[in-house]
Amino acid sequence: MTSPPLIETRDLCRHFKIGNALSRLTLHAVDDANIMVGEREIVALVGESGSGKSTLARLLAKVYPPTSGEIRFEGRDLSTLKRRSDLLAYRRAVPMVFQDPFSSLNPAYPVSHGLLRSLKLHRSDVASSGRRAEAAALLEQVGLVPGAAMLDRYPHELSGGQRQRIGFAQALAMRPKLIIADEPVSMLDVSIRIGLLNLMAALRSEQGVSVLYITHDIASARYVADRVMVMYAGHVVETGPTEQVLSDPRHPYTQLLLAAVPDPRAELALDDAEVGEPPKVIDPTPGCRFRRRCPLAIDICSAVTPQLAPVAPKQAAACHVAQQNTVSAGAVAR
Amino acid sequence: MVAALLEVDKLDVDYLTDAGPVRAVDDVSFDVGRGEFLGVVGESGCGKSTLLFAIAQLLSPPARIASGEVRFKGENLVTLTDDKLRALRWKNFSLVMQSAMNALNPVLTIGRQLADVQRGHGVRSDDTIEARSAEVLKMVGIDPAHLRSYPHQLSGGMRQRAMIAMAMLFTPDLVIMDEPTSALDVVAQRSLMLQIKKLQAELGFAVLFVTHDMSLVSHFSDRIIVMYAGQVAELAPTKQLFENPLHPYSRGLLDAFPSVRGPRRALIGIPGSPPNLLTPPSGCRFHPRCPARFTPCDQVEPDLYPVDDAVARCLLHDPAIPRPADD
Repeated sequence: MTSPPLIETRDLCRHFKIGNALSRLTLHAVDDANIMVGEREIVALVGESGSGKSTLARLLAKVYPPTSGEIRFEGRDLSTLKRRSDLLAYRRAVPMVFQDPFSSLNPAYPVSHGLLRSLKLHRSDVASSGRRAEAAALLEQVGLVPGAAMLDRYPHELSGGQRQRIGFAQALAMRPKLIIADEPVSMLDVSIRIGLLNLMAALRSEQGVSVLYITHDIASARYVADRVMVMYAGHVVETGPTEQVLSDPRHPYTQLLLAAVPDPRAELALDDAEVGEPPKVIDPTPGCRFRRRCPLAIDICSAVTPQLAPVAPKQAAACHVAQQNTVSAGAVAR
Repeated sequence: MVAALLEVDKLDVDYLTDAGPVRAVDDVSFDVGRGEFLGVVGESGCGKSTLLFAIAQLLSPPARIASGEVRFKGENLVTLTDDKLRALRWKNFSLVMQSAMNALNPVLTIGRQLADVQRGHGVRSDDTIEARSAEVLKMVGIDPAHLRSYPHQLSGGMRQRAMIAMAMLFTPDLVIMDEPTSALDVVAQRSLMLQIKKLQAELGFAVLFVTHDMSLVSHFSDRIIVMYAGQVAELAPTKQLFENPLHPYSRGLLDAFPSVRGPRRALIGIPGSPPNLLTPPSGCRFHPRCPARFTPCDQVEPDLYPVDDAVARCLLHDPAIPRPADD
């Protein structure tokens, strides 16, 4: 790889103090995350509720600072951005689209409100007289036609799918390089989801925007993403090209996620229902965090935390068993 | 033939709005047999939740049942008094709601809420109540220690399980479920579905299960009703529906979700959005979004036409109208 990736993190951690002032307990929401998103790439971040995927997204969006580790955007460490203009430029380049289209738009203002403000703040190249036309054009880019008429609608007049498209239009208004989309389709009807997934793919191919697509639905990740990263209990446990990871998952957790997808085309495997849940990682001791749910766990799993290591070309897994099974470690992949 | 457990007969539900009544459930008829698992699928706003509430007699103004009957074990629930309904609820049929966080009382322990239901139905002995509460929690895989937990101390999956435990208290004949898994992620969703199926096999209750995700019920339901714009679009045995959907809308729903197996292919979902029921489209309500529409679709209102074991509301299956290929 010649040019630096668009965004990458190095040993990124985010811990939260929990309980009262005296309890001194820390919740490890994200631990030692090394992730990377390249130019024109859709990367899916997959995991259960509570796996830390939204925390990771918010770290990247600079909603709060990391506890330790660094985030590099186009090769530059984010913690060195101090000037307001630099921070604005970063927020412009990396906007976020939120999960709930019903609470992420202000119900008191028409659609034009958020779009025009973004244009005013972030797009000095658009003259004030041209903002409305630009806003209308943005709406048409996300499939809301006619754009000019949509500008005057209020959120309550729109369906969930339309609102979520407005979220993407607001992100696009800033000419972003990377859109962080946190579960953008999970609250939408199945019939509408595909339209938004197709929209993300179109933004990538037509405008060259990268997307970090956060989801618990591994089937939709397969549909749009070039690469997939699987998170469990704050750790990234498997990464690789989507098709490769899904056709040959090495980490037992990825296997569990895949098995959970309802698929009418396959026979139902009536194994004993998996009732485990991801642990709350409070003051963790070393060891694999998946070991209590893991069918493959061996002794070392409760003693040593597995690190992400190559298990196949371009594919890495943080699993002692998978790594032992890898006869020849191929090219290093991250 | 034995009478069905639940018979819904020509049910109409209106919402009285300033702009006039909106028919949210339009002439819906079906029945549920003993021990049957019936899925009801459709998009937001298709009337599936309104239908459930109408069946459970939980509609509140501005919604009201305009006409039709809901017969449960032969008794018409629509005309039943509140007192009689109260005696039936929980005991003979129970309801599991979409959001357990909202359905459970946040300031009472799980045990207290399980006890309330039992006291409300005349169980007096504290020992009996405690024993039964612990028993139903164990049935759904929750440690009875959680009788003393508050809802916020449980995870989303456990809260839904607690709701299901509550529905099991009196081993009812019918459990009505309104998207019980929609707030859960895929792993928790799957384990809850398997749990429901297991309980159903043990206890033999019938399930009426509403969801927008057809793939979710594919392995669990015996028959599926597909609803569109307040009407039944198709009612078919599950296997038949997945292999050979009769209604273009059913086919669209089936093609709307990506698969984790098989070839990766482009999907289009169903373009457009469901109609405003204040001004439903002329003819077939689905025709503006339908990829298979032909000449009479925007004029003729389709009936439910029987095909094999199924019925479908699509002119393609009207024997009196020539197929578009014959044009």
